[in-house]
Amino acid sequence: MIELTPIEIEALWLSLKVAFWSVTISLPFGIAAAYLLARARFPGKWLVDGVIHLPLVVPPVVVGYLLLISFGKRGPIGGWLYDTFEFTLIFTWKGAAVAAAVMAFPLMVRAVRLSLEAIDRGLEAAARTLGASEFRVLFTITLPLAAPGIVTGAVLAFARSLGEFGATITFVSNIPGETQTLPLALYTMTQAPGGEAQAARLALISIAIALLALAASEWLARRVHRKLRGEEMAQ
Amino acid sequence: MIEVSVHTRLGRFDLGAEFSSESGGVTAIFGRSGSGKTSLINAIAGLLRPTRGRIAIGDTVLFDSKAGINLPVRDRRLGYVFQDGRLFPHMTVRRNLTYGERPGKASLELGEVVELLGIRHLLTRHPHNLSGGERQRVAIGRALLSSPRVLLMDEPLASLDSPRRDEILPYLARLREMLDIAIIYVGHDMDEVVRLSDTLVLLSEGKVAAVGPVEEITSRLDLHPLTGRYEAGSVLTTRVAEQDEEFGLTHLALKQGELLAPKIDLPKGSPVRVRVRARDVAVARVAPTKTSFSNALPATLAEIGDNGGPYVDLRLKLAGGEDLRALVTRRAFVDMELEPGAEIIALIKSTAIGRRSFGM
Repeated sequence: MIELTPIEIEALWLSLKVAFWSVTISLPFGIAAAYLLARARFPGKWLVDGVIHLPLVVPPVVVGYLLLISFGKRGPIGGWLYDTFEFTLIFTWKGAAVAAAVMAFPLMVRAVRLSLEAIDRGLEAAARTLGASEFRVLFTITLPLAAPGIVTGAVLAFARSLGEFGATITFVSNIPGETQTLPLALYTMTQAPGGEAQAARLALISIAIALLALAASEWLARRVHRKLRGEEMAQ
Repeated sequence: MIEVSVHTRLGRFDLGAEFSSESGGVTAIFGRSGSGKTSLINAIAGLLRPTRGRIAIGDTVLFDSKAGINLPVRDRRLGYVFQDGRLFPHMTVRRNLTYGERPGKASLELGEVVELLGIRHLLTRHPHNLSGGERQRVAIGRALLSSPRVLLMDEPLASLDSPRRDEILPYLARLREMLDIAIIYVGHDMDEVVRLSDTLVLLSEGKVAAVGPVEEITSRLDLHPLTGRYEAGSVLTTRVAEQDEEFGLTHLALKQGELLAPKIDLPKGSPVRVRVRARDVAVARVAPTKTSFSNALPATLAEIGDNGGPYVDLRLKLAGGEDLRALVTRRAFVDMELEPGAEIIALIKSTAIGRRSFGM
């Protein structure tokens, strides 16, 4: 086992923190957006669909730039936040989490939406004939049946957040210990003279984490699937 | 009293059905596929909103287009047993059963329902571990436990093979017998419908062609095209009179006379409904001797349905007043020189009365 240096630990820990909060804050919105796109019919739906998917097709730098002008201390949202709560995202790890969340959002919505669309609507109708309110149908039938898609969406978003680079560096810059996540640290090392060895180590750490995340998601997906079908747990 | 009046347009299909039936017992909606049966039952359940009409059960109005009443599905309290069961796959049988329970207001306990349907041993299982027949029994139990005003059943046996069907039918019959609950049953199998129902609503191309007691509707010759000639038959209401242990037969008492049938395991005096298919009834001018026909019942020829084809439909009146239908070849009909009012003998083989012809 290789020893990690304090700098590596710092970058790794920061990356995990950013990815965790990115998924946590965006999951409720992701599920709501997926539900809206899967079930609701309203004028301008194509536009909402398009805006949600935008981060998937525009360069990440563009997303970072847009975040910067809206959440900057003089931006329309950032200005209000700063004046009212003296709170700002600029140059903080929270900003990095927001950038990662925005970039990962379309992946999350797609996964949840697919599983929502695969649900047999007849089961929801059956629940209503049994006296269930819309609220109860949502929480006892729809969401549990969409659980595999929700898990997949969350894992995808987590992985995407770990790897986020362009939007992050544009929006919150590259500050060691605050916004310098693994990819940013790796980039910095490749720019520094004599940083090749350090860069290689950081690349290896990134690969190891990615593999771990994949294995964990596979395990989780199987577990959820089994639970849905009510099979005995393997362990 | 169940009152149904449903008018709506579904694509190129016009559904305009009206009928009413007494609250008790089983009302069957019978029709070919595409006759609008499922749409009609969905409208009653509230899953489909008619353009106009009125649906009421007793004093409760579920839908009234004139008064602007449209009770949401969840407030209608109709137990719906779907064709495909629709059990919740992520819940155990127990959680499925109790999903619609109304605490404190339940008319039935979980224990009773589980006993009635023979599903106690399934409680901890998940739906995907159940056979088709078990799934439908759980679906029926789930609907019952929601304390419904009326139980709606949309061809609950359609997705099952014949042995599974025979496995469930006795449970349905028990339900009818033991619970004081009205049932609306949608079906396209005459045997099944006749065994279970009291009132028959005949649906054809979205319209109600006839409503009435099942015995009456099935013996009306003019409804042949809808009830089906091959399947055509009559329903006789009888009681167990005597058991013949030696030959394994049961004597069933008609209003006048007796019917000999293969052994039915029911105590003396139990009511039994027997369906006799028209093609299993032969007629003779005089009672034959030394014949294998176990049943020779004196009857009067009441009506002749002759459309020029190779077969002729006959409606016979038995001595006790019951209707019995017979399907004979035109050749035999001409040879026998039959005319309305003729005194004849109806012949029925006991073997034609099978296990599938009994209702409770």
